[in-house]
Amino acid sequence: MKQQIIVSGLGGQGALTLTRLLAEAAAALGLPVITSETHGMAQRGGTVISMIKVGPFRGPLIPAGEADRGLFLHPKNLAVHRFYLRDGAAVFVNAALPGDYRSVDARSLAAAHGLPAVAANLILLGYAAGQGGVFAGPDLLVEMIAAKTPERFREASLRAFQAGLAAAA
Amino acid sequence: MQTKTSINIDNQRILMGNEALGRGIVEAGVTLAASYPGTPASEILASAVTYAKETGAELYAEWSVNEKVAFEVALANSMCGRRSAVSMKQVGLNVASDPFMRAAYLGVKGGLVVVVADDPGPHSSQTEQDSRFFAMFAKVPVLDPSSPREAKDMVAQALELSERFELPVMVRPTTRVCHARQNVPCGTPVRLDRPAKFDKDPRRWCATPVFVLELHRGLNDKLDKIAGVPEFAPQLTAGDGSYPGACIIASGVAYAHTGDWLEELGLLGRVDFYQVTMPYPLNRDFIHTVQTRYDKILVIEETYPVIELQLADARVQGRTSGLVPRAGELTPDVIRPVLETFLELPARVVPAPPGGGDRPTLCAGCAHRAAFYGIKTAFPAGIFPSDIGCYTLGLNLGAVDTCHCMGAGISQAAGFYRAYAAGGGEFPTIVATIGDSTFFHAGVPALVNAVFHRARFILVILDNATTAMTGHQPTPQVGFTATGEHGHPVFIPDLVRACGAGFLREADPYDLPAFIDLLKSADAYCRSPEGGVAVVIAKHPCLLDKEACKAQPAYDMGITEDCTGCLQCLEDFECPALSLDETDGRVVIDEGRCVGCGVCVHVCPEGAITANTEGRP
Ligand code: SF4
Ligand code: SF4
Repeated sequence: MKQQIIVSGLGGQGALTLTRLLAEAAAALGLPVITSETHGMAQRGGTVISMIKVGPFRGPLIPAGEADRGLFLHPKNLAVHRFYLRDGAAVFVNAALPGDYRSVDARSLAAAHGLPAVAANLILLGYAAGQGGVFAGPDLLVEMIAAKTPERFREASLRAFQAGLAAAA
Repeated sequence: MQTKTSINIDNQRILMGNEALGRGIVEAGVTLAASYPGTPASEILASAVTYAKETGAELYAEWSVNEKVAFEVALANSMCGRRSAVSMKQVGLNVASDPFMRAAYLGVKGGLVVVVADDPGPHSSQTEQDSRFFAMFAKVPVLDPSSPREAKDMVAQALELSERFELPVMVRPTTRVCHARQNVPCGTPVRLDRPAKFDKDPRRWCATPVFVLELHRGLNDKLDKIAGVPEFAPQLTAGDGSYPGACIIASGVAYAHTGDWLEELGLLGRVDFYQVTMPYPLNRDFIHTVQTRYDKILVIEETYPVIELQLADARVQGRTSGLVPRAGELTPDVIRPVLETFLELPARVVPAPPGGGDRPTLCAGCAHRAAFYGIKTAFPAGIFPSDIGCYTLGLNLGAVDTCHCMGAGISQAAGFYRAYAAGGGEFPTIVATIGDSTFFHAGVPALVNAVFHRARFILVILDNATTAMTGHQPTPQVGFTATGEHGHPVFIPDLVRACGAGFLREADPYDLPAFIDLLKSADAYCRSPEGGVAVVIAKHPCLLDKEACKAQPAYDMGITEDCTGCLQCLEDFECPALSLDETDGRVVIDEGRCVGCGVCVHVCPEGAITANTEGRP
């Protein structure tokens, strides 16, 4: 089993949370995993990217044209990071407008569910998981969110994930 | 001295490289860890604190005021026979270089591991210098991990080596190790019962020049021995003879990425492939083997040619020959064409990165933005030296003209004043900005110097009560230590007064008109006959402090029909909550990002931005 995933967003959108959850999910499945993240200056609203490599990899970076999956927290990042995806990769985008990708309007969904804007990240993950887009199934991800999210965000995080899942159905 | 176990924790965990390093520090029985935060090293110390608490291991940890202080504190613990760790980013070692260089000669007693995180790229640093080079310069052995897992193991290995040869040992991870996450086996911390025991030895611990020469000879002997230690010799993944006379030598995360490519190309096990885990001193037999067994040699390392230089062989292809680019990070996309050339493989066609993306900016409602806007408005023709931190982003607002190294903004302000005052004519208003943590780190000596020498400039200390850029480590003023205990707080105004500054005011830059008036009176002080350095403390908590954010009023913001689309609020103020609505040419406020600070009201020349003081509905 090998799967390479990129998570692209803007600093503060919660790309790191998704990275961590996917890494934990891989570990729970007994799969080796290595990720890379953006920290520091770029986290102040700049363009950020995380990479998750599931399988027997040594290095944390995904080469151009090799990623199997893309999760985009903002549609404008497509222009910046799409080159990492291989032909035929599945792309999930938090976007109000449809395009040549699978989109979910996570921001509006968050508002409709009374969730903060930052919950869009878990809505997108729920959506991608619901579409069978990532190596881990929805049940496992729910388990990971419940186990790894600090108490005060847990309930909202689970609701966000479920909202994304429902949108994928 | 043997191990007593405490709580038994034996499992795999997903750890970030820096967490793995922190875990390694605790598991190896380190009793004192000191650090100053800086990307990509920041999370190491806090992780060590977390794991020490979790396992009940004994650990004193501190955020020191700077890296030099951190190094010296850790060094003394080691001189008492106890294991010690100091961690920092690569440019932090520049600050700690003085004690670091001498520690190589004088050596240590208890193991001392010096974790220095490099930032090839660079992603978040003012240089992409290679700390392995610094280790070589200092004659200190250095280990180069290729993954979080290795990073953790190398902490213990470094400490053992350090104790065996009584000298400090460096572990040099890079950003891609520090900020990678991986499943890492976690073990039980060893407990070394070693009460402090400092053996006085003035010929060593206060070595005067007569003794230094002898110590230098001793250091050379140690290094010769270390270059022969088999555990640290490069690891060979042997080829099957398909590439006779050729070898690839790599270290750090570049080894990992090279290995992934070789595997994907089906070449792992077909060409001789070495991982160098200790780039300095490079294993003696290995150097001999390379020079005699191979005639086609590729070296892949970040960021400077440290292994290459020690191989001292003109046949080596790498950073020096130019086959490997001489600057920049060695990502898989950079390594691939190097391998293609070296192994004569067909080129892989890849999409080129289009570049672009959003530049980072100060957060919505950040008080630094208000301060910078005030400075720029008060002195449109001013010169603005600044410093290292979130507030470096003030350059987007035209209120940061220099960013050099920690504390430099204050000394540069003094130098700018001298340069302009030399002719005896008018000098421009010079406003230096520095963050609270940076002021503690390196600003104090610079301020003493500027005050004493009668430089005339305004110093704005941006006091947001935290080290925001690197993840909110407390400053000495905040009163909490790295382990969450109460320190004895040191207050910035007291320090400023003690430095002799004749003008000191505190203000909240949110009240922009008052802040601008204050800056003007500071300028008048600088220019008065008895004037000198005027210090303004711009005080407002960082908004990522959720409590502070909740405690301040949140106005219900609006934009009226009066907006002319002049874009002053976007171009000169750049709050990320404001953007242009292309459909009607007016500015809109993004409710999701706006924190309702109300500062932008003062920015719009048309009075089109309104704040409902009743607060949000
Ligand atoms: S809100 Fe004011 S400053 Fe911003 S574009 Fe409109 S008129 Fe200009
Ligand atoms: S009130 Fe104005 S300056 Fe403050 S966060 Fe909102 S848009 Fe930005």
